[in-house]
Amino acid sequence: MRDAIARFVHDGDTVVIEGFTHLICFAAGHEIIRQGRRDLTLCRLTPDLIYDQMIAAGCARKLVFSWAGNPGVGSLHAFRRAVEGKGGPPLEIEEYSHFGMVARFAAGAARLPFWPMRNYMGTDLPAANPRIRHVTCPYTGAALATVPALNPDVTIIHAQRADALGNTQLWGLVGVQKEAAFASAHVIVVVEELVEEAVIRSDPNRTAVPAMIVDAVVVEPWGAHPSYAQGYYDRDNDFYVAWEAISRDPDALERYLDDCVRGVSDRAAYLEKHPGLTARLKAAARFCSGVNYGF
Amino acid sequence: MASVAARELADGEVVFVGIGLPNLACNLARATHAPRLVLIYESGAVGAAPERLPVSIGDPALVTGSLMVCGMVDVFQLLLQNGRVEVGFLGGAQVDRYGNINTTVIGPYARPTVRLPGSGGAAEIAIHAQRTLVVSKLSPRAFPERVDFITSPGHRSGGVPRTQLGMPGAGPVKVITDKAVLEADEATGELVLAALYPGVDPSEVQAGVGWPLGSRPRLGRIDPPTATDLRLLRHVLDPKRLHLKA
Repeated sequence: MRDAIARFVHDGDTVVIEGFTHLICFAAGHEIIRQGRRDLTLCRLTPDLIYDQMIAAGCARKLVFSWAGNPGVGSLHAFRRAVEGKGGPPLEIEEYSHFGMVARFAAGAARLPFWPMRNYMGTDLPAANPRIRHVTCPYTGAALATVPALNPDVTIIHAQRADALGNTQLWGLVGVQKEAAFASAHVIVVVEELVEEAVIRSDPNRTAVPAMIVDAVVVEPWGAHPSYAQGYYDRDNDFYVAWEAISRDPDALERYLDDCVRGVSDRAAYLEKHPGLTARLKAAARFCSGVNYGF
Repeated sequence: MASVAARELADGEVVFVGIGLPNLACNLARATHAPRLVLIYESGAVGAAPERLPVSIGDPALVTGSLMVCGMVDVFQLLLQNGRVEVGFLGGAQVDRYGNINTTVIGPYARPTVRLPGSGGAAEIAIHAQRTLVVSKLSPRAFPERVDFITSPGHRSGGVPRTQLGMPGAGPVKVITDKAVLEADEATGELVLAALYPGVDPSEVQAGVGWPLGSRPRLGRIDPPTATDLRLLRHVLDPKRLHLKA
């Protein structure tokens, strides 16, 4: 992880750590904080706790997003302090809805300059964000909303498994992992498990990201905690609830970063700081019945 | 509120489930009168059958045993924009006279007093769902004459009716509150009082709304939650009171 972040994430880059609730690579975000990256443009549909931590740590110059809350709990307080002008580093924002962000990744992945959609009529979002624009359909004359392509410098996605070359399989909620990866100049894949190429080839429909677009593969078990990896471990909802009090108090947040992010060398050391965590969250087995790929 | 909201969902309907109380109401409906309700979550779970109440709309329990799991490009294009969602179910920090919802900012956008999470999928749900239900507790702050920011459009935006703005869905037809149900007047798009909870006087509803509230000619009476609903809500669906605390 240390090498992948050092090589592919630079000050001033546009960085995506995607994953919709599921497969959010906290281990990569923590390594970026440890390496002290600055002036990043951070993009995600849901900034989640990881970008709240990165904002508090001073990594971010700008945030591009569509829903900035603590899912099912409340607020991201480092984000709120920055936007409400109540302390912390200044933060520029560029805001869409989920459909808008999804469409930005789709355009970026297809290497198109923008994506059309039937959306935003009657909302104040285009007034708040001048990058939401309109085109006239050349076939019907209809007015369609557009959003610009998003092409990050680097996208980091977490997944259940990959082979050594980077052929990557994921399942459960897949979010925009695939589109974000294809939209990006560089891709870091972080997996729970490294498998033989034969395992990938036995179930090719499950491959979301092929090796040809992958720059680095990092094997980092439990690298998504407190997010989750379906079939490996559950979401740590207790930590998401606890984040409310931590992030509300800038000193408590700083202590958290000192203790659990800057104070550990890597994910293995992070896990040692949380005894009992793996036993508490390890997933039960629920295998599918399998499919026949024969011919 | 969760119990009253759940009654609005018919068995077999396709509902796009928002975070918070809508999530609880949809799962209550599925556990009682609407076992074949098709729950779609923006996270990509379609026909979800969660064995525990999902804390977030991206909970792993939404995946296990669901009918389909797809990427979010498919959720918004193939399901929502395609017109397949019959009911959109949203919460809101502010709801105004014409059913516009604000979940973005209190105060001016550039320097807000309170920064809220933003749209998520709510803007497009309000535009595309065939009809939208909204749940929100009554208070003058939550129901101003005009919202500070239109995140999810209602029946009239900047004086222009939603049909002229080209929105495919019918918009917020009902707003379920903790004292009454408001409905959008078919002619004007304005929210008016439609039904009262037991023992509630119309003046109490007016006190929680920041505009002169009109009324249907005949007001409906809302039955209290059944014993089954209360048992399910308190002991099965939300024993940790994640949603019921409000």
